[in-house]
Amino acid sequence: MANLTPELEKWRLKILKVAEGYGLDMFETIFEMITYDQINQFAAYGGFPVRYPHWRFGMEYEQLSKSYEYGLSKIYEMVVNTDPCYAYLMEGNRMVDQKLVMAHVYGHCDFFKNNQWFAPTNRKMMDQMANHATRIRRYTDRYGVDVVEDFVDKILSMENLIDRYSPYIKKSSEKERQDEEAKRSEVSLLRVNRDYMDEYINPQEFVDHQRKRQAEEASRSMKFPAEPERDILQFLMHYAPLKNWQQDIISIIRDEAYYFAPQGMTKIMNEGWASYWHSKIMTQDILSDSEIIDFADAHSGTMAMAPGGFNPYKVGIELFRDIEDRWNKGRFGKEWNECDDIQAKANWDLKLGLGREKIFEVRRNFNDVTFIDEFLTEDFCVRNKMFVYKFNKRTGQYEVDTRDFGQVKKQFLFQLTNFGQPIIQVEDANFENRGELLLTHRFEGIDMQPNYMVETLKNVQVIWGRPVNLATVQDQQPKLYRFDGKEIHEIAIGQPPSESAVSDSEH
Amino acid sequence: MAIREDHSRFRDIIRGRIKENFKKYVSQGEMIGKRENDFVKIPVPYIDIPRFKYGPKQRGGVGQGQGSPGDPMNGEPQEGTGEAGNQPGEHQLEVDVSMEDLAQILGEELELPDIKPKGRPKMDAIKNRYNGIAPVGPAGLRHFKSSYKRALQRYISSGVYTPETPVIVPIRGDFRYRSFKPVVQPQANAVVIYMMDVSGSMGEEQKEIVRLESFWINTWLKKHYKGLEARFIIHDATAKEVDEKTFFSTSESGGTLISSAYKLTKEIIEADYPPNEWNIYPFHFSDGDNWSGEDTRLCMRLLQEFFLPNVNQFGYGQVESKYGSGQFAKDLEREFPNDDRLVVSKIENRDKILGSIKDFLGKGR
Repeated sequence: MANLTPELEKWRLKILKVAEGYGLDMFETIFEMITYDQINQFAAYGGFPVRYPHWRFGMEYEQLSKSYEYGLSKIYEMVVNTDPCYAYLMEGNRMVDQKLVMAHVYGHCDFFKNNQWFAPTNRKMMDQMANHATRIRRYTDRYGVDVVEDFVDKILSMENLIDRYSPYIKKSSEKERQDEEAKRSEVSLLRVNRDYMDEYINPQEFVDHQRKRQAEEASRSMKFPAEPERDILQFLMHYAPLKNWQQDIISIIRDEAYYFAPQGMTKIMNEGWASYWHSKIMTQDILSDSEIIDFADAHSGTMAMAPGGFNPYKVGIELFRDIEDRWNKGRFGKEWNECDDIQAKANWDLKLGLGREKIFEVRRNFNDVTFIDEFLTEDFCVRNKMFVYKFNKRTGQYEVDTRDFGQVKKQFLFQLTNFGQPIIQVEDANFENRGELLLTHRFEGIDMQPNYMVETLKNVQVIWGRPVNLATVQDQQPKLYRFDGKEIHEIAIGQPPSESAVSDSEH
Repeated sequence: MAIREDHSRFRDIIRGRIKENFKKYVSQGEMIGKRENDFVKIPVPYIDIPRFKYGPKQRGGVGQGQGSPGDPMNGEPQEGTGEAGNQPGEHQLEVDVSMEDLAQILGEELELPDIKPKGRPKMDAIKNRYNGIAPVGPAGLRHFKSSYKRALQRYISSGVYTPETPVIVPIRGDFRYRSFKPVVQPQANAVVIYMMDVSGSMGEEQKEIVRLESFWINTWLKKHYKGLEARFIIHDATAKEVDEKTFFSTSESGGTLISSAYKLTKEIIEADYPPNEWNIYPFHFSDGDNWSGEDTRLCMRLLQEFFLPNVNQFGYGQVESKYGSGQFAKDLEREFPNDDRLVVSKIENRDKILGSIKDFLGKGR
């Protein structure tokens, strides 16, 4: 399948050997040389040659083609997380670029294979996606393009309403739940060995109290869902009044959302890791002298920071290098933390040489949230000139707010938690005992964008069939939004939240 | 390929949305300010899929770079670059629509017939564009950056580069030059001449209507004539030729002699646009007041003797104003009751612009 020129193939083998020499461990990686138009097309489809028909891929394609044609951006590389791994090289790129891309891709492949957050990922996604496409095309043939497309549009508007952590959690099985149920039916009293002591050990008040608690618990389990559900797509798929083909489309879109989720959860790490290795492999082993400048040009282009922007490649690579340096020099642990002699800290070097080992461990166990939480240091923040920006209503522009380390870290973690998207869950599927759906927004101090919120709510209502309610906060006032299929109602509820109720990261 | 299918589906959706709002665009003219060469930016409602998300202004974020607390940041904050396609992106609510597409939609909406050009077929002119780099060329076209890069590469690969004394001396082989490619450009063979009455009775609103109307006429004519030329004449009691910007911003006062503009137009055509080679479209916009019956008669004679035999079509648009009597349109209609070459259209307000464009362009001349 691979269609590399003999020269590229020679370099590929060389780079592969170097990468393996450093301890990288990849799936088999198949490189294909394609034209810029093909690469734009694949990129529009998220890396997959066959996806179900939808206009947004066309929109994506148009934007990519336009910005390539106007010279605004081009895609250097694309790699698909499957086994074997597929990666694309663009025809007409310089040799040095192709080498860089191959080294970078091997970094990604190693990450895909070894990072634990990718463990539940379906590695045969190429086939799965093609399968999805066939199913949706069949529905299109049977029910018409407009009907199916309209339904897909509605579900895509809820694409982000999944529980990203659920693949990593084992839910209690049905049997365990039944046991629990049985246990609950008896009133739990304290154990008594002598009958005559019973009324003293378990007095009537205590028995009543236990009964009451049990009744409460029982009524809670009557509520449906018993616990708030974050996988709203799954919930709708199971409980909304849908036809089979509609359920199937939800399961398709949900599957794909779960497939892409770990890539979003490890963006900084994944890009940082790949950049770390392309830089190491290229500068240490591969580049010839005459290629250094072009390499530096391309590398610095990828690492560039837009003014005020934040570049995952840059933050990632710098953090990995920082970790390696710290563990090489032993700048961690109790002694290091408790040392407050600036001079001693500056010259601290225990010559442990643990850096390489440490970064491999980090790439296996962490995701972006835990990565930043664990390894972002004050020193690093200062060195990389990091700050928090805010929108100033008075001047109408974004301003630097603070460089305080605590604030930067807090903002950073907030941005990464749930991809910086609001957390919404199904609270009650029989709200007000009328079969209405109640969604709650776990408010973290930031309002949702009202017009998007209302449109999305309308889409949920179409799927649920009955009126849909959303409890959230707008302009510091808790509110309930209700859409009954015709009109949006906005009802103020409760007291404004206190100022301190701001973001705590969830895991 | 599958992407073509999805792409044309996307284009259809956009066109559908644009068509829904077409009337609004025409009468509000918001797209005229958003022109960039051959594209206009048109806002499209909800082309990105609505989701629950945070409002952007409250969000804030982490950035990197210079600046003290309180300093404004340059530009809007952006998430850095990344590989495409992994995550749902946020899209602008504006799409670029080419002028050609726009003309197409205009044509479909108004059921306009295609124009049949007269005269000689188009001539193509060849022009050179400097957009490449070549190893040979005249010294005047030397490209500094490329040349420097070549020299630096040579230094490093031959091992004589020392970072302590970074002196680079280029040799002949290092130099790179700008180079050109010939580009074929079609020769203009159509001209549109806009005349506007700027006497005291024409107010801001009237001029805005003329502006919108002329934009759409231009769009349609450009679809048929690649290198359309446009000339602008303003007049009160006397006429003068101005540039496009002045045309729409000038406000004069005083009387009105329509014949002054017609005479000037006649001179321009005679000097620059021989009628047997050019497709000529004069458009005159006024509120219909003329100084005297004598002058109106002079205008009619000019139309009869010079304009109508020589132009593709003569358009007269009468903008309603509270001072104008609207007499000139009546005079024209009486004088040339059934002449295809003369189109008279009355534009009472913005909502009538579409209808008026149809009047002007509906004959396919």
